[in-house]
Amino acid sequence: MSTIQFTINNHQTIIEAPPMKRLLDVLREDLHLTGAKEGCGEGECGACAVLMNGELVNSCLIPALQAEGARITTIEGLSINETLHPIQQCFLEEGGAQCGICTPGMILATHHLLDKHPQPTLLQIQEGLNGNLCRCTGYMRIFNAIQQAAHAGAAK
Amino acid sequence: MRSNVANYELIAPGSLDAVLQILASSPDRYTPIAGGTELMVALGAGRLQAKKLISLWNLEELRFIDATPDALIIGSGATFSDIRKHPVIAAEFSILAQAASWTGSIANQNRGTLGGNIVNASPAADTPPVLLAYDAEVTLISARGSRTLPYRKFHRAYKETALEPDELLHSITISRNLYGYKSYIRKVGTRNAQAISKVALAALAQMNDGRIEDIRLGAASLREYPTRLIAAEQSLAGQTITSLTIAAARAAVLTEARPIDDIRSTAKYRATVAANLLEEFLHALR
Repeated sequence: MSTIQFTINNHQTIIEAPPMKRLLDVLREDLHLTGAKEGCGEGECGACAVLMNGELVNSCLIPALQAEGARITTIEGLSINETLHPIQQCFLEEGGAQCGICTPGMILATHHLLDKHPQPTLLQIQEGLNGNLCRCTGYMRIFNAIQQAAHAGAAK
Repeated sequence: MRSNVANYELIAPGSLDAVLQILASSPDRYTPIAGGTELMVALGAGRLQAKKLISLWNLEELRFIDATPDALIIGSGATFSDIRKHPVIAAEFSILAQAASWTGSIANQNRGTLGGNIVNASPAADTPPVLLAYDAEVTLISARGSRTLPYRKFHRAYKETALEPDELLHSITISRNLYGYKSYIRKVGTRNAQAISKVALAALAQMNDGRIEDIRLGAASLREYPTRLIAAEQSLAGQTITSLTIAAARAAVLTEARPIDDIRSTAKYRATVAANLLEEFLHALR
């Protein structure tokens, strides 16, 4: 077991875990943050995506020990005082979420995209989200939601 | 079947020197892990053989990109995102930037490293054909010192490289003296995003008075490791580009390619498409 310290959604946290335990499992099992989902478990679907030091990563591919000292943001940390984040609001209004499994990863990928490209082109949206698979929406409503979020200045 | 993570050890000594000391002196064999985009997949699938791992992630001694007047030096720990962001790579090494951009998704590019892409030694990896076309050099480091060799001599057999057990890939060096070279890259996969290539070709050529003065062809998924297409290069050196020299180059590719049938494609498709890609490049050189 290793003692691992990191910041999760602005809270300092210390856990005891096997160093190779996947960050995804630490989030879900140790910290009960079940927003990140397991889809493929091999880095292709993005359902487990979180932000680590501001960068989009797939938490199923991160050994817990490599999160030592990191700042991690999950979907649970995005809303402010139980008010939806503007990106979440746009997904809601545009029908960008259906079954919801991919949605936390989609929203964090959108957050990362809008950080880098506050007014993305459709191509930049497609590339920024190409690691996030959705089997419900057909993507068009997600793209619309992202365009609305960009329009609303969600990147801050 | 998921692996039992309690059976795995991971240490993160935090500096390159400390890692090299452990690789040199520990009686246990440690397997380096950087961004985890390969080994963590194996762990999740229950097929990660190595039980003792040593973390290279974010070691500052390996995560760098330096441009000198003559060369570009990329630390093995530089991520695909680092590569895509670098202004000299964007301006002068467009096929490297292109290959980095189609290696996995943004989340994978934020974690996957150039060194990992090379050392993992997959025949289908995205950046090795580019590094072969640029005729890059690789520098290997250990507690005993460092050595540099041409990247084309790094791969020896399927998943077998020049690395000794106590060595790490330190950096990749590419000459910036590419004035007048034309470059080409194309990856053929099932879809644009995320797909592992069925076949890929990266190429560089220098023309002089209508003749090919220098040509270098790097290919993925045509042999058991990333490979230069030496026979095709030799058939083209000094030639003008005509239907005859194109046919000879296509034939040369078919003699040296040893593709396989697997879940992603067939040997026949791979060999034919590789010849088509080369022909496309040659047409563009005319």
